[in-house]
Amino acid sequence: MIIRVRRAFGPVVEGEALLSEEGFSPRYDLDRWSGVITKPGHKLEGMSIVDKVCFFPTAKGGIAAGWAFHDIKWKGIAPKAFVFGVTNPVMVQGAIFAGIPITEGWDPPPGGVVKTGDRVRVDPQRRLIEVLRPD
Amino acid sequence: MELGPEERAILGGAHGEAARRALEYQLEVGRFWGAKRFVPVTNVHMMGDIEVMGDGGLAYLRDEAARGARCAVPTTTNARCIDFAHCARLGQDAGEAAKERELIACLRRMDVLTTDTCINYQTVYQPHLGEHVAWGDTGTVIYANSVFGARSNFEAGPAALAAALTGRTPEYGFHLDAHRRGSFAVRLEAALEDLADWGAVGKLVGEAHQDYFAVPVFHGYRRTPTADELKHLGAALASYGSMGMFHFVGVTPEAPSLEAALRGREAAEEIVITEQDLSAVYSGYGLGDGDARLVVFSGPQQSLLEMKRLAQLFEGRRVKPGSSCFVTTSGGVLAQSRALGYAKVLEDAGVTLLEGVCFYILQNLSPMRVANRWTNMVSNSAKIVNIIGAHRFNTILRRTAECAEIACSGALK
Repeated sequence: MIIRVRRAFGPVVEGEALLSEEGFSPRYDLDRWSGVITKPGHKLEGMSIVDKVCFFPTAKGGIAAGWAFHDIKWKGIAPKAFVFGVTNPVMVQGAIFAGIPITEGWDPPPGGVVKTGDRVRVDPQRRLIEVLRPD
Repeated sequence: MELGPEERAILGGAHGEAARRALEYQLEVGRFWGAKRFVPVTNVHMMGDIEVMGDGGLAYLRDEAARGARCAVPTTTNARCIDFAHCARLGQDAGEAAKERELIACLRRMDVLTTDTCINYQTVYQPHLGEHVAWGDTGTVIYANSVFGARSNFEAGPAALAAALTGRTPEYGFHLDAHRRGSFAVRLEAALEDLADWGAVGKLVGEAHQDYFAVPVFHGYRRTPTADELKHLGAALASYGSMGMFHFVGVTPEAPSLEAALRGREAAEEIVITEQDLSAVYSGYGLGDGDARLVVFSGPQQSLLEMKRLAQLFEGRRVKPGSSCFVTTSGGVLAQSRALGYAKVLEDAGVTLLEGVCFYILQNLSPMRVANRWTNMVSNSAKIVNIIGAHRFNTILRRTAECAEIACSGALK
């Protein structure tokens, strides 16, 4: 199964999918020392984004997110890739600066195609995400 | 992307290695967004402090300074994470403070003006209609686009620094006419008499439209909003909705009428904001099983007029023993507040005045919360109420006078 994306940056990566129904900011929602989402009430509260391919429908506020991506990459707690439904320039500027693959726009939406824990391959050059069959 | 002679010269190394790398990075960002070319910018505002950048960011900056990075256009800094005068008393880490000093020194070597303010648009530089800038801190960007009619995207720290080194930014988003058209209408029926009310409007509109490219058009309001009111509206829209621009009919320069702001198209929808909507926002916050011992006036920093109002509210009063009240502002505003006596009134009342910082990015904030047994944070800023969540504060939005009352009584009504 394949999800086509509208815009994309970065090398091909494979990893475990983490799907969120709620948007994301590495500043508002994330503990930047553990890579765990800590904002009280966030739909992924308690979940780690480390080495995951993270699917978020939206991006939230926050210019500081730009340095935050570089910071979590430096600390070794970055995700494999960010897959956004709709994103904003800060997320893109931050991810590109940190060398983390990032995509925007999805067809079809991931909800019906991929679930948390599935293995996926993000291919920015071809602008698609493949859901890999379980071993 | 189409490159002009100047950009080709930068890529060829004519302006040094730091500028070359910066432009290469900007090209990747521009390609992502489908930018066709670069636009020169006159002014850059960047976020850069040890709390947001971390050790990796400091190492990067150190390398950049060593590579001879120099700003090509005037570049100012946003609020930072340490006020050195209060560092020890707040229990901030001495090692991090030393890194912050080194970071500031690196920025100054690059010719960055370390103004340390998130209200540069009130205190440092006011771009004119159509002027291209590259600003960071979302509140500054939405103010520039909306109130001044200037043109900027949200420029994250690395992106703003790149723009500072090259003097340009990729042309996409709010640099283009196509994205500046109003997309939906908001009729304001509520009186909106306090700054917190304006933030609450930003919350209601922003939460319902989390989209950078959604541009609300406010209309139907019967009074002239002040700069501070528009500041709280914009900061909240940017924070809750990730929005970069709004129009306000009869107030902002690209909105002489509702039709003009929508550029002749139909609004995708119309929202109405009433007094009941605001009441519902305020009643949505509660103490939980905690108390109301922390009141914060920050995010954005206070203007001189906000300082004056706070001085009136705290005149002759005392922050309740065991409670804490913080105000953050810029160095310039604080100096004027001292000269005018506002700072003394506030300090006599037991309010802590922090300079050049924002409460929410204070270094060591989570341990500070734990050490002080703070569970709730009360503020008149809808923005800070939203963004401080990752530090595990429960937050409560209240009007300015109520916040002062809560600080002095320790009780939330």
